[in-house]
Amino acid sequence: MIDSRIIQELKLIVGTDNVATDRQDLLCYGYDATQMEFLPDAVVHPGSPEEIAAILKLANAERFPVFPRGAGSGFTGGALPKGGGIVLVVTRLNRILRIDTENLVAEVEPGVVTEQFQQEVEKLGLFYPPDPASLKFSTLGGNVAENAGGPRCVKYGVTRDFVMGLEVVLPTGEIIRTGGETYKGVVGYDLTRLLCGSEGTLGIITKIIFKLLPLPEAKKTMLTIFDSIDGAAKAVSTIIGNKIIPTTLEFMDHATLQCVEKRFNLGIPAEGRAVLLIEVDGDRDLIEKQAARIQDLIRPLGLVECKIARDAAESEALWKVRRLVSPSLRDVNPDKFNEDIVVPRSKVPDVIRAIDRIRQKYDIPIVNFGHAGDGNIHVNVMVDKSVAGQEEKAHQAIGEIFQAALDLNGTMSGEHGVGLAKQPYIHLELKPAQVAAMQAVKKALDPNDILNPGKMFPRED
Amino acid sequence: MIQKDSNVSALQRVENELKKCVKCGACRAHCPAFAAWQREPAVARGKVAVAQHILKGDVGLDDQTYAIMSKCLLCGSCVEKCPNDVPTDEIVVTAREVLARRRGLTTFHKAVGQVIKNRRLMSFGALAAAILGPLFFRKVPQTSGLRLRFPLPFVGNRRHIPQIARKPFMDRHPEVIQGEPGKPRVVFYVGCMTNFVYTEVGEAALALFRHLGCTVIIPKGQGCCGLPGMSGGDLDTVRGLAEQNLAALEKYEADYVMTACATCGGALHKFYPALIGKRHPELATRIRAIADKTVDAAQLLQQLGLHPEETGVGERLKITYHDPCHLRTRNITRQPRELLKGSPGVELAEMEGADKCCGLGGTFNVYHYDASLKINEGKSAAIEKTGADAVVTGCPGCMMQLSDGLKQRGNRTRVMHTLEVLARALGK
Repeated sequence: MIDSRIIQELKLIVGTDNVATDRQDLLCYGYDATQMEFLPDAVVHPGSPEEIAAILKLANAERFPVFPRGAGSGFTGGALPKGGGIVLVVTRLNRILRIDTENLVAEVEPGVVTEQFQQEVEKLGLFYPPDPASLKFSTLGGNVAENAGGPRCVKYGVTRDFVMGLEVVLPTGEIIRTGGETYKGVVGYDLTRLLCGSEGTLGIITKIIFKLLPLPEAKKTMLTIFDSIDGAAKAVSTIIGNKIIPTTLEFMDHATLQCVEKRFNLGIPAEGRAVLLIEVDGDRDLIEKQAARIQDLIRPLGLVECKIARDAAESEALWKVRRLVSPSLRDVNPDKFNEDIVVPRSKVPDVIRAIDRIRQKYDIPIVNFGHAGDGNIHVNVMVDKSVAGQEEKAHQAIGEIFQAALDLNGTMSGEHGVGLAKQPYIHLELKPAQVAAMQAVKKALDPNDILNPGKMFPRED
Repeated sequence: MIQKDSNVSALQRVENELKKCVKCGACRAHCPAFAAWQREPAVARGKVAVAQHILKGDVGLDDQTYAIMSKCLLCGSCVEKCPNDVPTDEIVVTAREVLARRRGLTTFHKAVGQVIKNRRLMSFGALAAAILGPLFFRKVPQTSGLRLRFPLPFVGNRRHIPQIARKPFMDRHPEVIQGEPGKPRVVFYVGCMTNFVYTEVGEAALALFRHLGCTVIIPKGQGCCGLPGMSGGDLDTVRGLAEQNLAALEKYEADYVMTACATCGGALHKFYPALIGKRHPELATRIRAIADKTVDAAQLLQQLGLHPEETGVGERLKITYHDPCHLRTRNITRQPRELLKGSPGVELAEMEGADKCCGLGGTFNVYHYDASLKINEGKSAAIEKTGADAVVTGCPGCMMQLSDGLKQRGNRTRVMHTLEVLARALGK
């Protein structure tokens, strides 16, 4: 599909050093965090929106697929070059263009690493709250394309809630701007929100205008241990019901605690069946009061222990419990299917119970943790793919887990998107007319289906 | 399909480790090589993928594979931060071993192997360099911690290297320096840089342990730790040196094997067990025994209760501390800082990214000098920002790299070893 003449053209656009065709280079851009692997025909590293536009125009003329890629840390294969074509890596566009402290906005290029951006704005006393688990290495462009979330969403919202405007190269090669840098704006369709979470299928993001907040003065971290999952879930609704919105409400179930404890021996009491890691932020006086109030509110709900950090080091020690979850999981089984269902937060115990029934039915370990504050649970189905039949079992269980979330008015993905991994299940959630509307948008913007084809919607063929 | 090379069998040793990598990308946040090149093949995840495909037989041991595997400083930062404990440093060394078997060692690594295998040759070369060096090299101020500018073709004429000592450290001292009865017996594994270049580090170590009443033993038979060879995949040379060093270090009854070089310590404590012990089971028990006794000088000084503050007021010195990778990966970060902070007159100002690699990476900086300098730029800038009089570290290799980096910027901050600062505080 991509012959030497096209490679030559690509080299003319971006320069020889920025086109790779060696096998080793190709396979280094053929994976992400899904364990799937597809080989592109070439890897291209453009250095400007104009170069990206030229590549997309060439792609339309020559009809080859283009797969945009940031850090390649996605969990659903959104950047994988299934079917071959070129991988277009945006990480050379990695400048923070400006931070406007007067209007509290910032303009960045898509290849900026999320944490670097956070650190830069925090130096100025400002705050960019979205904090996906991959923030140390994932890029802002990828965060917008996947509409990434994180623990702080319960109070501050997801990436989309901070995107005010975009510069985008459309699949046909036109460069457009969407939204702007005003807080209000109602002229035309809201393309900004359409593009957030479009998984690189509707355009390639080349600039992002973010809304910023003032950096909260202080934060307070509490590790609370409950004797039942219901107690922990009730705590979540009680806290929020009493009009305190914590920055984070991270949750770990009993299976997760056992994993962490077995490997790291952190001294979690045996009667602890669920953990809530709670963080509040704001004025120093206010958070002291909030922490005390939270403790009073949750004490009758089967609270086994409550540790409140006094300083940053103690806070980090409490967060360690949560951070050690991932490394511990591999002790259960070598292969993990990490799903990110969401249910209304009051339904968290119901969905955990439903997952437990599925676990028993299929007799495979399932470990749950996640963001209880917004009902976003990371369901980790742990299997050993080398054992015959386990992978199939996992897929069946995952289908039933999604259905359980949907039955509770939830969704099958809160943070990871559909990509390739969740395509087989998309019809559980989206009805044919919805899919048709979405595909009509795709068709209108990308008539030749060259931009990230085969993602999100299963192909007819 | 590329014919699978019989040389790849060594990689099968790390097959299970290769399977652990889930390509999450966490290594992108910590890898200095990735920071320099910003391309996926330079990061741990990419190298693991290439190694997996070498094993599958669809990637050959060609120039491109060689270039990718060469882009690693073996700093271990990816290993430390990997959620799945993938030992990429071991994987890269094994891949380099496989490449070296298939392609032969490079001329440079052949030369390195010859030199490090033969301490007499090294002594002779050092003597020649000490005498002849100043005739050929450009002098730079002594206080910068380096004194010469290196004009050899493979390193380019920009690099600054320290002057070689006229008399190696080990030639200045007897094998056993008797201490007080009942005090620990410490075997000092000196290492090449301390022996031939930064002899003042050795002297400081000696002074400090004698101050504590320890018996210090400097076994004559010890040689290079072999890590320059490991860096090139020349594990046969490393094994030979490991055997030589084991024989020397086992000769005396001792409570500890002490190193004043992070890299040498890393070799004895980590790399010998992981790379030589696993390949040569007949040596494994002996390697383990030495590894268990191996401690870094700062770690041991603190353990033995060195209290520099008791000696009174020292001359004022504002320092910043750089964590050598081979101490950081062994969790030796707190001890040197506590000792330094407790030294009279010493003020410690932390730099940003103190735990980040300085860019030396064994022989990495020879092949990738520009990348090495690029990695070092951030470090030098962070040092400058602290306004410290001296940057202090626990690895003579880092000392050389830090000196070079600072010198390139025309910065005159001193570069010192932790032990030098401590000895100075004690008036030694």
